[in-house]
Amino acid sequence: MGSAHSVPAEMRELADRTGFTSEQIEHLHRRFKQLSQDQLTIRKENFDNIPDLEFNPIRGKIVHAFFDKRNLRQESDGLADEINFEDFLTIMSYFRPIEMNMDEEQLDRFRKEKLKFLFHMYDSDHDGKITLQEYRNVVEELLSGNPHLEKESARSIADGAMMEAASICVGQMGPDQVYEGITFDDFLKMWQGIDIETKMHVRFLNVDTIAHCY
Amino acid sequence: MGSATLAHAKLLNWLLLLSSLVCCSAAAYVDEPNLSNSFLPHYEPHQGGAVGSSQDTRLHVFTVDYGYVQIPYEVTLWILLASLAKIGFHLYHRLPRLMPESCILIVIGALVGAIIFVSDHKSPPVMNSSIYFLYLLPPIILEEGYFMPTRPFFENFGSILWWSLLGSLLNSFGIGLSLYGICQIEAFGLTDLDLLQNLLFGSMISAVDPVAALVVFEEASVNEQLYMMIFGESLLNDGITVVLYNIFIAFIQMHRYEEIESIDVFAGFARFFVVGLGGVFFGIVFGFVSAFMTRFTHNVSTIEPLLVFMFSYLAYLSAETLYISGILAMTSCAVTMKKYVEENVSQNSYTTIKYFMKMLSSVSETLIFVFMGVSTVGKNHEWNWAFICFTLLFCLIWRTLSVFALFYISNKFRTYPFTFKDQLIISYSGLRGASSFSLVFLLPVNLFPRKKLFITATLAVIYFTVFIQGVTIGPLVKYLDVKKTNKKESINEEIHVRLMDHLKAGIEDICGHWSHYQLRDKFKKIDNKYLKKILIREHQPKSSIVSLYKKMEIKLAIEMAESSMKLSETPTASSQNSRNRHVRRLSPAEMKSLRDVLAHNLYQVRQRAPAYNRHNLPTNTSEKQAQEILIRRQHSLRQSYRKGNSLPWAKPVNTTEVRYLSLPQGPSQRTRQKARHVTFTDHHRSGSDTAFPVMFRPQPRLRPFEAKHRQEELIPMAHLDRRVRPSNPSGRRGNSIRQHHFTRAENLALMPKSRFTVGEVKGYESEEETVKMAPAKPLDI
Repeated sequence: MGSAHSVPAEMRELADRTGFTSEQIEHLHRRFKQLSQDQLTIRKENFDNIPDLEFNPIRGKIVHAFFDKRNLRQESDGLADEINFEDFLTIMSYFRPIEMNMDEEQLDRFRKEKLKFLFHMYDSDHDGKITLQEYRNVVEELLSGNPHLEKESARSIADGAMMEAASICVGQMGPDQVYEGITFDDFLKMWQGIDIETKMHVRFLNVDTIAHCY
Repeated sequence: MGSATLAHAKLLNWLLLLSSLVCCSAAAYVDEPNLSNSFLPHYEPHQGGAVGSSQDTRLHVFTVDYGYVQIPYEVTLWILLASLAKIGFHLYHRLPRLMPESCILIVIGALVGAIIFVSDHKSPPVMNSSIYFLYLLPPIILEEGYFMPTRPFFENFGSILWWSLLGSLLNSFGIGLSLYGICQIEAFGLTDLDLLQNLLFGSMISAVDPVAALVVFEEASVNEQLYMMIFGESLLNDGITVVLYNIFIAFIQMHRYEEIESIDVFAGFARFFVVGLGGVFFGIVFGFVSAFMTRFTHNVSTIEPLLVFMFSYLAYLSAETLYISGILAMTSCAVTMKKYVEENVSQNSYTTIKYFMKMLSSVSETLIFVFMGVSTVGKNHEWNWAFICFTLLFCLIWRTLSVFALFYISNKFRTYPFTFKDQLIISYSGLRGASSFSLVFLLPVNLFPRKKLFITATLAVIYFTVFIQGVTIGPLVKYLDVKKTNKKESINEEIHVRLMDHLKAGIEDICGHWSHYQLRDKFKKIDNKYLKKILIREHQPKSSIVSLYKKMEIKLAIEMAESSMKLSETPTASSQNSRNRHVRRLSPAEMKSLRDVLAHNLYQVRQRAPAYNRHNLPTNTSEKQAQEILIRRQHSLRQSYRKGNSLPWAKPVNTTEVRYLSLPQGPSQRTRQKARHVTFTDHHRSGSDTAFPVMFRPQPRLRPFEAKHRQEELIPMAHLDRRVRPSNPSGRRGNSIRQHHFTRAENLALMPKSRFTVGEVKGYESEEETVKMAPAKPLDI
């Protein structure tokens, strides 16, 4: 528990920035310690210690998202090698539930942030567009749990989804148009009217939880 | 104008039918030489051949024996009458929006009751305790449990359980106690109703039947949580009410003369839980057993529906033997069984199960409502203003109270609490229905000297809630502008939501939280590892998902062929737009199948807006579309044959085009090249397929699809075997390509056109591919 004494001031600052309460921060801090094995930073390998995560089909993408610099609100691009507790909290803050007392502007910003996080998960090559290949990749990973399904089906599903996205974003396309990929604005357009942000939250409890990391 | 008159004509037709049927039934009631003794002397002189007179020993040429068939005859008449009423109800478009279907059933019941009353006929003893609980109730329960949308149910399970359990208890005790308080007042003349009787009445009257409300919600597409709360409540409420009912009756029987001791109260509580949980456990065991059995029914698929029904019924009966809640047993059996059975049974069995279940429950409900109608227009009434009015009042008050109190607590634990509007709607949707009536009707008279009072009060409440609340809840929902769900059916949404589920589960794993997502994940893991291996038939020749996918491809191909054939008949400049439209039309069908693939594959048979309606099945649009495609295909095939169009030649070319539709629309030179190829072959055709080169355009260009893949995917289609009958060019799915192959081979004169065969097309394609590969680069990103 290295940084236990400097906690209060930092805590308040973190609480302000990420929106967590101090109990939740303390909680996550404990968890961070467990994951990092008392180090100050976490690397990708640390995530291998979580047994339940193994079965998650999009495990790779989730772990990747933690190290994605775009999610960490840093100006640069690419992948970080290790993250500290602050970064950990930043990522977790994307999953805070929407509070009912937020005003319109806050709500909108929050929603955009969540959607941006999702967008980054799809866009693995960081070029700002979800290409068909990337989309296919995602769908294949999602469907990787089922041995019966052939790769072609997953591919076609992704193709169909892409077609649908194209029709939403660009409307009727002329014969010579190429649909390059889903940009973030297109992505936003797709989710207009659907309150996807209400689904993307994790309940951060204030009580002691069961640890699943050994 | 015309449609209005048409609607009126239909209505008239229906009215005629109905009245004729009513006359028939009335005549049947009147004309019974055997039963009613008072009539006998009337009829003897008229019907010389009437049986009944023992003095007549001649052989009768024509005899009438109504008594023999009376009960089934009348029951069948009632059911037919109700069905006709339903037909008429739906014919007249505005009615279903105005009032729930239960209204019309009650009206029919009242009508039949009126007829019976007027004809002074003793209605057959269809409704007594054993018949109700053994035959009439199970189909309704089974149908409710089977069609329950599992995922939203389990997501909101905590809230639903909390609400239905405590809500029922609170309502029963609240109403019972308040009525007891009222009964104490001398002026109303109700002092002989003691506490237990009042409590029992309270528990009976608190049985809610919100199916009508659900229909309204579905119509107005209210948000999923609200829908599930009401649905879950109706599901669990039946079971809980019957359990309470039985407990109270046991109390009354036991303690007619003594005081109830506290140990009995505790025993009552304990019994409540034993009965409830025992029922669920029973149901799950039976569900697994039946799922296991369906694994082996591959060769005897006609008994699959039988297995499903018999096992659920057995679960119900076994639970009832042990005085455990059969309702909860049957419900949990249906829920458990459904997932595995649907994987194992054949498509026809699946359809049979669905339809048969709906039919049975419809019949049961009709009979119960008819009985209700019969009782209304009868002599067993006792009207007591105070009791009835206060019952009504207390029902409304206590429901509102319990909703607000329980939801206030429940909201503290929910991330997205229910709003005030939601709660208002829920409290208003407390419609009573057939279950309350049945329970009250079956009260033993010896224990309840004032049974008639109860019946009258129950009927009054039912009529009030169904007619007045049922009709006004629609406008109320609209007025309050309850939060709606966005029913955008899209593959994208499906993918994203699945992704988010996994994402959330992953994040929770990382946080070390234990929440219900992980619970569900764990369940899925166990499910996959053990349960599915045991319960689902393995070594299936094709996984249902893959066959569904192939079906979708065939549909695509057929539609392509269809649309191109249609287009070839009307080559105009504007046809490009129509083609765009044709292509667009593909998407919904494709989308639906793709969604199905996703849904099935990701293990949650999720319905975005659960389309639960006791009286109808949710329509399966993709089936309809496929059928329509087939029909149209046959139609146009026949037409073009008559026209002498060179159909068999036209089609294979179209099928080649199917493959190319997925190709990116490269630079124009490619299309020109293709055009060249096509025009070359044009010579051989006497048809008017001039519009081919343009066919490539409509598809929005996406990433360069791997043409090879398309090829591989589509060629297996040709080998899908159905019986190949080369002489019959009907639009049987999947056969189209192959049979043209055959027609080709047979017809020597057309040998030069052999390039259109399946095999040849491959060569055609590979030629193309070399050209294609080069310009592919600019399309990459």
